[in-house]
Amino acid sequence: MAAGVSRAQGADPSTLTVGLILLVVLVFGISGAANAVDPRFGAHAWMLTIAAFAWLAGLLIWHEESEPGQRFDKTYYEEGVVKAGVIATTLWGIAGFLVGLIIALQLTFPNLFYFPDWGWTNFGRMRPLHTSAVIFAFGGNALIATSFYVVQRTCRTRLAGGMWPWFVFWGYQLFIVLAGTGYLMGISQSKEYAEPEWYADLWLTIVWVAYLAVFVATLLRRKEKHIYVANWFYLAFIVTIAMLHIVNNISLPASVFGAKSYSLFSGVQSALIQWWYGHNAVGFFLTAGFLAIMYYFIPKRVERPVWSYRLSIVHFWSLIFIYIWAGPHHLHYTALPQWAQTLGMTFSIMLWMPSWGGMINGLMTLSGAWDKLRTDPVVRMLVVSVAFYGMATFEGPAMSIREVNALSHYTDWGIGHVHSGALGWVGFVTFGALYCLTQWVWKRQKLYSNALVEWHFWIATLGIVLYITSMWVSGIMEGLMWRAYNEFGFLSYSFIETVSAKHISYIIRALGGGLYLIGALIMAYNLFRTARGDVPAEDRKNVPAAPANLQPAE
Amino acid sequence: MATRPNWLMRNHKIFEKHTFILIAGILVVVAIGGLIEIAPLFYLKNTIEKVEGVRPYTPLELAGQNIYIREGCNTCHSQMIRPLRDEVERYGHYSLAAESMYDHPFQWGSKRTGPDLARVGGKYSDEWQKQHLINPRSLVPESIMPPYAFMEDRKIDLSTIANEMRTLRQAGVPYTDDMILRAQDDAKAQAGGDYDVDSFRADYDTLSGRTGTVNVRDFDAMRGDPSELDALISYLQVLGTMVDFSTYEAGDLDNKR
Repeated sequence: MAAGVSRAQGADPSTLTVGLILLVVLVFGISGAANAVDPRFGAHAWMLTIAAFAWLAGLLIWHEESEPGQRFDKTYYEEGVVKAGVIATTLWGIAGFLVGLIIALQLTFPNLFYFPDWGWTNFGRMRPLHTSAVIFAFGGNALIATSFYVVQRTCRTRLAGGMWPWFVFWGYQLFIVLAGTGYLMGISQSKEYAEPEWYADLWLTIVWVAYLAVFVATLLRRKEKHIYVANWFYLAFIVTIAMLHIVNNISLPASVFGAKSYSLFSGVQSALIQWWYGHNAVGFFLTAGFLAIMYYFIPKRVERPVWSYRLSIVHFWSLIFIYIWAGPHHLHYTALPQWAQTLGMTFSIMLWMPSWGGMINGLMTLSGAWDKLRTDPVVRMLVVSVAFYGMATFEGPAMSIREVNALSHYTDWGIGHVHSGALGWVGFVTFGALYCLTQWVWKRQKLYSNALVEWHFWIATLGIVLYITSMWVSGIMEGLMWRAYNEFGFLSYSFIETVSAKHISYIIRALGGGLYLIGALIMAYNLFRTARGDVPAEDRKNVPAAPANLQPAE
Repeated sequence: MATRPNWLMRNHKIFEKHTFILIAGILVVVAIGGLIEIAPLFYLKNTIEKVEGVRPYTPLELAGQNIYIREGCNTCHSQMIRPLRDEVERYGHYSLAAESMYDHPFQWGSKRTGPDLARVGGKYSDEWQKQHLINPRSLVPESIMPPYAFMEDRKIDLSTIANEMRTLRQAGVPYTDDMILRAQDDAKAQAGGDYDVDSFRADYDTLSGRTGTVNVRDFDAMRGDPSELDALISYLQVLGTMVDFSTYEAGDLDNKR
């Protein structure tokens, strides 16, 4: 750069806009801290103030130190934000699994794991901490990191928006911290998987719109004529989650300087809106998004094309169309009108087909490369994740049948079901992607240790099996005990007898969760050693975004 | 595989080559199901039964519900009794849509790690509830519920309650101006304080359409301003008690949905 370029000319516009948003947050934080009507909101206002201040300072330092011409060089991929995402996913995953283990132990040994003086450690506050940490912190970071990687590679262009991808990354972490600390302080809307209060929801909305904008702008810049199938799934996930999040969280704050808000909807309407959201958090966050991961990482890792292009078209559109209808199966036999329950059940059963369409497409992509199951434990992890996906999406439609649901609802069977999807499908496909990404973005010829991947695979698989089977046993058992009658026509068991009967299952469940956590720790060590450079580096340092000698495929 | 792209793949190009057409396609496809299932619930008149007795929560009960939500009680306790033989025998009459129409949001729950609470009101004494909240295992040795001893020493923050009722009114809960103005006094009155109880009771009975739906007593048996235990127990004790099921006609065609 010429020495005469003034500082104003060298200012980066995306960094400037991000800075302005942070200034608004700073003002909101300071005024909130000064006027808070409840101490919990005051604590969050302080947190926002400190975060915005530190972030602004960081931006300023970075901006002063970087050369105007060197920022966001379009001839190279943006891999820093992907690296940050890999680290965040790993750390949040471990935190989420750990909290899960703690709350499992609370239900198993209440005398040891509850502390009367520390109300904030009670199950009711820790449970949303666990679910949000694994779904949104672990899963969400995995989705953001992989989508940022995949969209660049499949469009052969650098991520659009300069500073904006980093805004998405740090903004999302800020949301997670607000949500998690909020639960522990007792800030909750009580809506499952949508517990954070109105100001955290607003912040997430801003971050999410920025995410959508970065993703779409990158697609628009692509050097391939076709948008790759993984990106359809990412796009459906981002767009639909925006819709669900906004509608489900419409609420009226009791004060702009207080945490408490009341949902605009009540009773039966709020129930259906919540489960329309809740089930599609599964459908679009935990399914469509992770199918996108499957559609990129499995073909890349086994070096085979997607098995059937036609199947991916059919199952994409049918999956996203049908999923949206499935919510009412969470409300069978409730005060929700029966026509809505029946619609929900019908579409839930139909959902089996597009779900298995995805499973078949993922598994059959190994055609001609099945030997890699034996030689590459990362491939095995990815393939087993798809198998768990197939299992969970068969169990789900079965549980959505009214008569089955009469038994399974309200029991541990539901907990087992979500964990076969969460630990088996979402967890394993993420682990697979993390192993790939660490090797790829840190430019290593291979992972630090394939043997440790084997250990991770088998320990975690054993953990899942213990978890799911113990929850099947305890769930079906308690469901049957609740409805058991003795020969005189009276209920056989009091409620507390069904609680005591589950004790052994709860011990086995905690053991399974513990094994899963150990597996994740092994992975974290392996990833750390790989990234640190304990294996030979690849020749290339960084890959140019679009080598001129490549022609777009048509 | 055919060498020539089939009909589907030829025509799907339009989505694959145009980002905004793809986004529009996704939006249309994911909007349909929700619109068809959710929108009718707001205008179909028979979504919520017409039933006497259901009224908005009193300020003390509302503070109790806020505590219930704060502690995440809904993660382990449902408030939705299904019309199945064992549930009706164990918990009482199946839940009506009308019974949660003032819950913003609903508290139906999705898991019964503990028992359903939709009709727990009046089932146990205040003293039992207090002792059970402070130390569940002192009454039920096998219980796995967390202890809530800290609620005993905490007073509820009455300064925000009027504002919260005003917000709920904006969301459709029919609180009157008087109820909102008197909120702090009403909360103290209901917990056994030395305040005017008659007009407080009368106002809530009017909204309910029947008498005797308001419990007035010192729930936590501790003098002074209402504690969190007062609020939470008053909420628990009113759950499921507003509708008089001795006069409710479950078989009436208007009540079938």
